[in-house]
Amino acid sequence: MKRTFKWMIGFVALLLVVAACSSDSSDDTTETTAAGGGETETTQAAASGEVVDLVIESWRNDDLAIWEDTIIPAFEADNPNIHVTFAPTAPAEYNAILQSKLEGGTAGDLITCRPFDASLDLYDAGHLADITDLAGMENFSDVAQSAWITDDGTQKFCVPMASVIHGFIYNADAFTEIGVEVPTTEDEFFAVLDAIKADGNYDALAMGTADQWEAATMGFQNIGPNYWLGETGRTGLIEGTEKLTDQQYVDTFTTLARWADYMPDGFEAIAYPDSQALFTLGGAAIYPAGSWEIGLFNEQAEFAMGAFKPPVKADGDTCYISDHTDIALGMNPASANSEAAQTFLSWVASPTFASMYANSLPGFFSLSNHSVTMDDPLAQEFLSWRDDCESTIRNSYQILSRGEPNLENELWAVSATVINDTATPEAGAAILQEGLEAWYPPQQNG
Amino acid sequence: MTSASTNTDVVGGTSTKRWRFPRHVAVFLAPALLLYTVFMVYPLLDSLRLSLYSDEGVFVGLANLRELLPGGSLSSSFWNALGNNLVFFGFHFLVQNPVGLLLAVLLTQHLLKRGKGTYRTLIFSPTVLSVVIVGFIWQLILSPLWGVVSTPLLGLTSTALPTLSLMSVWQFVGIPMMFFYAVLVGIPEDLIEAARVDGANGWKIFWKIIFPLLLPMLGIISIITYIANLNAFDLIYSVQGALAGPEFSTDIMGTLFYRSFFGFQLQSGSTAMGATVATAMFIVILLGVLVYLFGWAKRVETYEL
Repeated sequence: MKRTFKWMIGFVALLLVVAACSSDSSDDTTETTAAGGGETETTQAAASGEVVDLVIESWRNDDLAIWEDTIIPAFEADNPNIHVTFAPTAPAEYNAILQSKLEGGTAGDLITCRPFDASLDLYDAGHLADITDLAGMENFSDVAQSAWITDDGTQKFCVPMASVIHGFIYNADAFTEIGVEVPTTEDEFFAVLDAIKADGNYDALAMGTADQWEAATMGFQNIGPNYWLGETGRTGLIEGTEKLTDQQYVDTFTTLARWADYMPDGFEAIAYPDSQALFTLGGAAIYPAGSWEIGLFNEQAEFAMGAFKPPVKADGDTCYISDHTDIALGMNPASANSEAAQTFLSWVASPTFASMYANSLPGFFSLSNHSVTMDDPLAQEFLSWRDDCESTIRNSYQILSRGEPNLENELWAVSATVINDTATPEAGAAILQEGLEAWYPPQQNG
Repeated sequence: MTSASTNTDVVGGTSTKRWRFPRHVAVFLAPALLLYTVFMVYPLLDSLRLSLYSDEGVFVGLANLRELLPGGSLSSSFWNALGNNLVFFGFHFLVQNPVGLLLAVLLTQHLLKRGKGTYRTLIFSPTVLSVVIVGFIWQLILSPLWGVVSTPLLGLTSTALPTLSLMSVWQFVGIPMMFFYAVLVGIPEDLIEAARVDGANGWKIFWKIIFPLLLPMLGIISIITYIANLNAFDLIYSVQGALAGPEFSTDIMGTLFYRSFFGFQLQSGSTAMGATVATAMFIVILLGVLVYLFGWAKRVETYEL
């Protein structure tokens, strides 16, 4: 009887020891591969012609097919020794998952970079490699690189891949049917909305405020640059010379609040996929958009579509567009195959990739200096605005969303609130300014 | 065999032999205790510890927790979330319990000739569904575009939280129903008959006999609901997203924790603040449980039947 207990205790103890040992040894292996073993492995691989595996972390799970069928085969054709796997996760979980993978040492070799602070934090924590001297970086302008450099501008850590442009996509058949023309000024824009509303067959604007980010991104950041004069206003906020309670920001909210009359009934509970479906099913005439919608809309909509840029206040005014740096690619410094990863990154900086990526994913416009021609007419329309208008990026992205309360989060909530008419534009702007002043020194004087 | 004989050893041992440590108890407890310690107790304590450090790993004492108190940077978000959590629990307490009880009473009455089992299963079945599915279905039902109501119930600050609470009640009402049902079927028929002979009507029987017998169970259900509600996250996240709109009106501590710990869009995650919110949740839940233990469980009389 006693012996049985001893046995059992011994067994449990043994189990524990085994468990402890096995976890120890697996740790060891990862460490060696990550740190010491890396170099030798690559050289060995190169020498013997062995195939090196690269894994790309990304949130673009919508693009899986394009990477697997077009982009990666093109790269592998030139580099038979490198095998690339595209391993995306859901957009909403990407940041969190990537963070834990990087900390746990299980992340892939190449990291798709979110713009600004999310990537800067990773770089500061040593999870993104410095690629300032990478061959190919000279193909990108300063603005294109602005989202993936240190604050002092000396170190770069991601190769810019694409930007997205805001504007409005419209149902061209509906416009013909109702007999309205594409608007260029704000008065014309609201006249068109009135005409569509009077006609009654279509909801004028396919948008809801349930998810909040559409209100901020497709609303505020879409039409706003015309009010705060693009980069002038954006840098003004960062330097503290402009405040979010200034007239141009309040006016943006005032105009945004007018949209409510033209949105579908019950828009307060209409989510992003709902409004996408409403538009592609032909239920609405105008969709406040980002260019990334083009791919999906081409696939789903069975009517002719066109696009127009955010309307200016008066005819002849300079137009400003949000040409937002959205996506880039960096390298995991813990990668065991850093040479191969660098080869891939240089290829991403090449004109071949620029053209292939932009054309496989219409709506994601290359940031490189190479001129890329777009086959898709809708995408070409968006791209053409770069020639006519001044480009800027979303004003809340650089530096201003670093503190608590988070400006971007508040901007979502406030934009939705203003459209829902539960706060006035002035009150909404005041909330944002108060939040910013709470932690951002340049906004605190005066 | 073995354990029975050891038992006698232990029980009888005090007088005849020297008391020996009942080693089999340790062996039987070990697996559960070990797993529980490794996967529950240790992470819990470590998260409490993390809340005392800054993100850089510097010990800061209670400074993080102070950010949640009035004047701190997370104060308004935290108190808003806590308030919403309590409203969320309030709806469960005030709606789920009576409805659950009503359903249980209906099931034990002889009104239903057939299909009691079917009803019981049907009412219980949403409980086993994934919250994401429940959220998605209700979102479609309540969608002003495709659904049955034109009022944007989930989009107005005044109605969003009550709507979500009721969705959750709809999903989980089966649990109190089952608990109450178990108590109700356990009440001996002769008690009721005796009361009836004494001239009590149905109303009086319910309040004087059945209800007191249900009270201990009501307490258990309430505390389970309280813990689940204060820890809630998934329903809000799947229906309203991590920003818990409109205007944070459905933001609860779970979603606040998610944003603080993992970050959201441009907001960077912070281990320290995440752990701090988690600690605050732990404290709030602990307080609730203490109130239950000392304010309720000790006072409510349990009857042996």
